[in-house]
Amino acid sequence: MKTLSQISLALNKGEVSSVELTKACLARIEQKNAELGCYLHVASASALQTAEQSDQRRRQGQALGELDGVPVGIKDMIFCAGMPVTAASKILEGYQAPYDATVTRNLKRAGAVILGKLNQDEFAMGSSGENSAYQVCKNPIDLTRAPGGSSSGSAAAVVADMGYGTLGTDTGGSVRQPASFCGIAGLKPTYGRVSRYGVIAYASSLDQVGVFGHGVKDAAMMLSGIAGYDERDSTSVNMPVPNYAGLLTGELKGKKIGIPKEYFIEGLNPEVKACVENAVKALESRGAQAIPLSLPYTKEALATYYIIATAEASSNLSRYDGIRYGPRLGEEHGLKAVYEETRGQLFGTEVKRRILLGSYVLSAGYYDAYYVRAQKVRSLIAQDFRKAFERVDAIICPTAPTPAFKLGEKTNNPLEMYLADIFTIPVNLGGLPGISVPAGYSKDQLPIGAQLIGKPFGEAELLNTAYALEKELNV
Amino acid sequence: MKEYEVVVGLECHVQLLTQSKLFSPAVNRYGDEPNTNVDAVDIALPGVLPVLNQKAVDFAIRLGLALGCEIHSTSVFARKHYFYPDLPKGYQISQYDQPICGHGKLSFQTSEGLKTIGIERIHIEEDAGKNIHVEGGNSSFVDYNRAGTPLLEVVTMPDLRSAEEAMEAYRALRALVTYLEICDGNLQEGSMRADANVSVRQIGAEKLGTRTETKNLNSIKFLGQAIEFESRRQVLELEAGRAINQETRLWDSNRKESRPLRSKEEAHDYRYFPDPDLLPLTLKDGQVEKIKQNLPELPLQKLKRYQEKLGLNAYDAGVLTVEKNIADYFEAALALHTNAKAIANWIINEMQLNIAISAAQLAELVKLIDDRVISGTIAKTVYDELLKNPGSRPSDIVEAKGLKMQRDTGALQKLVESVCTQYPAEVEKYKAGKQQVFGFLVGQIMKLTQGKADPVEATNLLKQYLGS
Repeated sequence: MKTLSQISLALNKGEVSSVELTKACLARIEQKNAELGCYLHVASASALQTAEQSDQRRRQGQALGELDGVPVGIKDMIFCAGMPVTAASKILEGYQAPYDATVTRNLKRAGAVILGKLNQDEFAMGSSGENSAYQVCKNPIDLTRAPGGSSSGSAAAVVADMGYGTLGTDTGGSVRQPASFCGIAGLKPTYGRVSRYGVIAYASSLDQVGVFGHGVKDAAMMLSGIAGYDERDSTSVNMPVPNYAGLLTGELKGKKIGIPKEYFIEGLNPEVKACVENAVKALESRGAQAIPLSLPYTKEALATYYIIATAEASSNLSRYDGIRYGPRLGEEHGLKAVYEETRGQLFGTEVKRRILLGSYVLSAGYYDAYYVRAQKVRSLIAQDFRKAFERVDAIICPTAPTPAFKLGEKTNNPLEMYLADIFTIPVNLGGLPGISVPAGYSKDQLPIGAQLIGKPFGEAELLNTAYALEKELNV
Repeated sequence: MKEYEVVVGLECHVQLLTQSKLFSPAVNRYGDEPNTNVDAVDIALPGVLPVLNQKAVDFAIRLGLALGCEIHSTSVFARKHYFYPDLPKGYQISQYDQPICGHGKLSFQTSEGLKTIGIERIHIEEDAGKNIHVEGGNSSFVDYNRAGTPLLEVVTMPDLRSAEEAMEAYRALRALVTYLEICDGNLQEGSMRADANVSVRQIGAEKLGTRTETKNLNSIKFLGQAIEFESRRQVLELEAGRAINQETRLWDSNRKESRPLRSKEEAHDYRYFPDPDLLPLTLKDGQVEKIKQNLPELPLQKLKRYQEKLGLNAYDAGVLTVEKNIADYFEAALALHTNAKAIANWIINEMQLNIAISAAQLAELVKLIDDRVISGTIAKTVYDELLKNPGSRPSDIVEAKGLKMQRDTGALQKLVESVCTQYPAEVEKYKAGKQQVFGFLVGQIMKLTQGKADPVEATNLLKQYLGS
């Protein structure tokens, strides 16, 4: 008994209480977190209190729904009132969230038990978890390897049974890539499907809260728990939120699955290639039709992303100046020193690299050559997808070019680290939903994920395709 | 010395009278305790997002229509970056290359008649907070109450040719925004602020000179002084053979001079880009049309009507229409008593535009004069009484103080005779052709009646008496 859907059922039947589940999670955190580094903050007291309230509701026949009493974890990018929130950065050390993010509020309304705040790369910038300013998060499957990033703790916590579902954020693959590395399901919804209010901004036009679960159904349940229009986020879209889990049939007959040739380039890790090809066969055996197609602008995605994302990041991170919250350094040397020392010393190397890169591409004289051009390419990438979806119902490709790499392997080579997101980034640029589903293992027994990409706001269909794949592969 | 011409363009910031701020639900109000009108959005907590106040958009359209601007159905909010403690996000949300309003024009009265200048654009943006430096202390404070206040920035073409003109244009804009009820026009509270772009060139030259921008002009007087100062400074520089530096200057109202703030080389690179948290602003179908239909009568329309329909001269009509509250007051009095010229005269000359009595009181007072119940002179006495007893009615004061005009012909005839008897020398002078003496004699009659004698009647009787 370990998946979210299973424990939700067990809670409903009275086979287990929320307090028991919560205590078990907290015990595992107590036991293993020092080593794994999944949680940056554990909210034991409030979690147990929420669990007790949930059990009480259930006893009175007033359970709030499928997530009532389910212990979950939340990435440290997301505000939970009263808990520390740092984005794994020293620049927010000691800062307490004074309000709830909309996704947090939604989870609370659904009765979920929030265990604490999950580790990540600082400000969601990274693909291994190693950019956390506090603690390196390890892959529970192989402690010498990275869990992926930036939602490292969110993925690792699910694998380590420190929460049945977790929230991450995905700007260029930060949910899907760690899901692939950790062998679980990770969904990034359509841009606008989930409110960004109360989510620390990295790159506003790409950021989206995503969900992790052991399986596709778990991810579907989590998505129903957080999605929906929010008047406080002007980019959220007013569309009804179905019960995604309830729509999972595994039925795929007649569905067309696109295979984009640009994602199966020479030099792709053969084990990854084999797993995805195997996944295509699995979909075909369920009655889907594989359609080869081309997304010609794919090769421009990485460069485009690192212009747009860093430009927005350089702007979004301007507010961390030590004036209103967070530690303040350099005060004795005047205002300029406050900015220079606070930001110079408290932001990590990767964050500063991206701020510099972003400031550069927005500078007078370079703006047109970089930012404006990148926006044009972005719309071409989105157009690639639009055209493709005129012909197919979903697209399948690898989630990441390799299985989980070793900790420390890429830390001295930022460019190589950036390549870890090469297959996930186009999906963010297109604003589309994407999910990573476990698709097999390497010969070293490392998980490998397959990525499915859906139409805008086609989460229900995307989840169903992923569900069919999961059933057929039975990884 | 060569002849120079001053070229001025203005950037005017207009704070909008919306209930809440531009991007947050916090109250938009001046003068409250520091940091009480702030929301998480206004102090830029991590994770917060801006939500556009649609009222501010309507106000921008109102002003755009009033200035005859192109109204853009799509405009874009951009981020303008710089670091300063009063700017909580490290950027200001403004409109940059796609503002809500494009070209328009502003007309206003000058001593040489009506002048029209071009409006380049109007855009919507948010105000910053305020840094508070404690005198002698080594720490500063920040008040974020103003942060996020909706502003319209109105940018004029460099069409102004003197400090006078710039002041008139600014007055006209102030009149306009108060008429539109989108801004209270309170300059002391900073509801309107202007930056002046000033350059000079030799008369006849086509090419514009290098301009400077003087910031921090929070009164019409300072605007005029700053332009005077800057144009004189530039002419002296040129005459001394030096070039003008393109720079930003700061006006010091105490020293009545500006000093350079930063040169072009030191100018901020604001790194503008479209704000990804806000979708492009798209106006709703019929939104502009609906606002157009509800536009009030504007200052120049009123001015024209006062001249053409009410028969006021250009000066009086101009004075009455500069301030909306004055025009409103004038029209309220006019609704009760239709002598426009007399009411206008009272507001401008007697009251000096200082509204200290109600429109009803003024209307009644003028009616008493027009009905020849009291004379103009006595009316001033009644007015002084009204100031002392704000609630009272003019007719009650006339009654109580016995100020009614003396129109009894018999009694006045006796007064005429007695005055002429008393001043035989003056009567002789008058009869010898010295017309001025007549006034003296009327004055004596007035003196004897404490000003209550009907001046028309007294004049007639005196003329008759002297002519006989």
